[in-house]
Amino acid sequence: MATQSVEFAKVSFTPEGGREILRDISLRVEPGTTTALLGRSGSGKTTLLRTVNALVTPTGGRVLIGDSDVATAEVIPLRRSIGYVIQENGLFPHMTVFRNVALPLLLSGNQNADEIAHRVEQMLSMVGLNYAELAERYPWQLSGGQRQRVGLARALVAEPKVLLMDEPFGALDPLTRAEMQTMLRNLLRGVGMTTLIVTHDLEEALYLADHVVLLEEGRVVADLAAGNVRSSQNEAMRKYVAATRRSDAA
Amino acid sequence: MSSFLRTHGTEIARLTFEHLWLTAFAMLFAVGIGVPLGILLTRKRGLARPVLAFANIVQTIPSLALFGLLLPVPWLGERAARLAIVALTGYALLPILRNTYAGIMGVDLALIDISNALGMSSFQRLMKVELPLAASVILAGVRTATVTCVGVATIAAAVGAGGLGELIFRGVASVDNGLVLAGAIPAALLALCADGILGFTEKRMVVRR
Repeated sequence: MATQSVEFAKVSFTPEGGREILRDISLRVEPGTTTALLGRSGSGKTTLLRTVNALVTPTGGRVLIGDSDVATAEVIPLRRSIGYVIQENGLFPHMTVFRNVALPLLLSGNQNADEIAHRVEQMLSMVGLNYAELAERYPWQLSGGQRQRVGLARALVAEPKVLLMDEPFGALDPLTRAEMQTMLRNLLRGVGMTTLIVTHDLEEALYLADHVVLLEEGRVVADLAAGNVRSSQNEAMRKYVAATRRSDAA
Repeated sequence: MSSFLRTHGTEIARLTFEHLWLTAFAMLFAVGIGVPLGILLTRKRGLARPVLAFANIVQTIPSLALFGLLLPVPWLGERAARLAIVALTGYALLPILRNTYAGIMGVDLALIDISNALGMSSFQRLMKVELPLAASVILAGVRTATVTCVGVATIAAAVGAGGLGELIFRGVASVDNGLVLAGAIPAALLALCADGILGFTEKRMVVRR
């Protein structure tokens, strides 16, 4: 599956009986590039991410993957063509590492055991895990970093068109987090997959992404190439950068 | 003791078998109705409260009264065993229903989210994620139901459905404690066995996280 662009056209979302979470968001992620959605908790970044795989249905506007509208696509094939990684608890505790990673292949009807085994092995080595050692373990027998690597392998195993990551390293210690970031950066450069990554960590956003989008109260307040973020005169972005500096100094 | 067993041994064995048979059928029906119904309630949550409330009410009816009340019901009252199985099924239903519902509702929402994001259909999610993760809770309900059922089945003798209750009722009527114990001890052993076996299976089904 070739990777595709993701486009948000005037997307808004208000849950039934709730307050508006996304307001008129327009944004384009070019094929093969990585965009970080940055912002404080409650700014709507996770909700925006979830409109891409139809876990959230916008109440206004359209989300396009390539040329096709998410709203009119069949939801199950659509979701199977999109990789999704969440912060933690993303692995099925009753399945081995092998079963977790093989699951998207099994769901899409692949019955060829040799092919599946080969593919799982390939994916695990791509995320830096040893197949022989780990394939038959259960999630509780893995470290936090290993679990996130397995989650990433599962998200990529069916060759998705788009990869969505929601605070993927939020629950990890700083050293493991740095290792994971390095691994992910190399991997993304290697496969060139359209990726949206939600984070509140500016350093992470700058390290991993080509573009950084800052959200505030459901609106896009800055949309910049990663290289321009630090020198940006954008008021909201300057504040975010300054806040990060202060926490680094502390 | 040994002379008692010699004279009553075959009868105890026959009634134990009858008791087991009544309980097994009732449990079969209760699981067959309770688990699918419990699953249905997780899909149509508006139904959960009224249905669980109804099952609760059935459970609070004193068992002797329930057997008596069902006696004049046309088709049911015709055969004692039929009536007993229906009444026992009613009692066994609530724990199974409640635990199936609670077990599935208790599955980590992040895993439900991931299941959906992986493109599972509702049925795939049920079979691959919800039921395996809820299995130990559902089995705990089956265990509670079985133990209750073995106990309540002794009352079935009151309407002539047989089972170990027959010895107990006869013993009470003739003030013969030996006879009461001949019914009570096997019934207690049955309950303990069922509890032990199901408890062991239940522990094996617990998913470590």
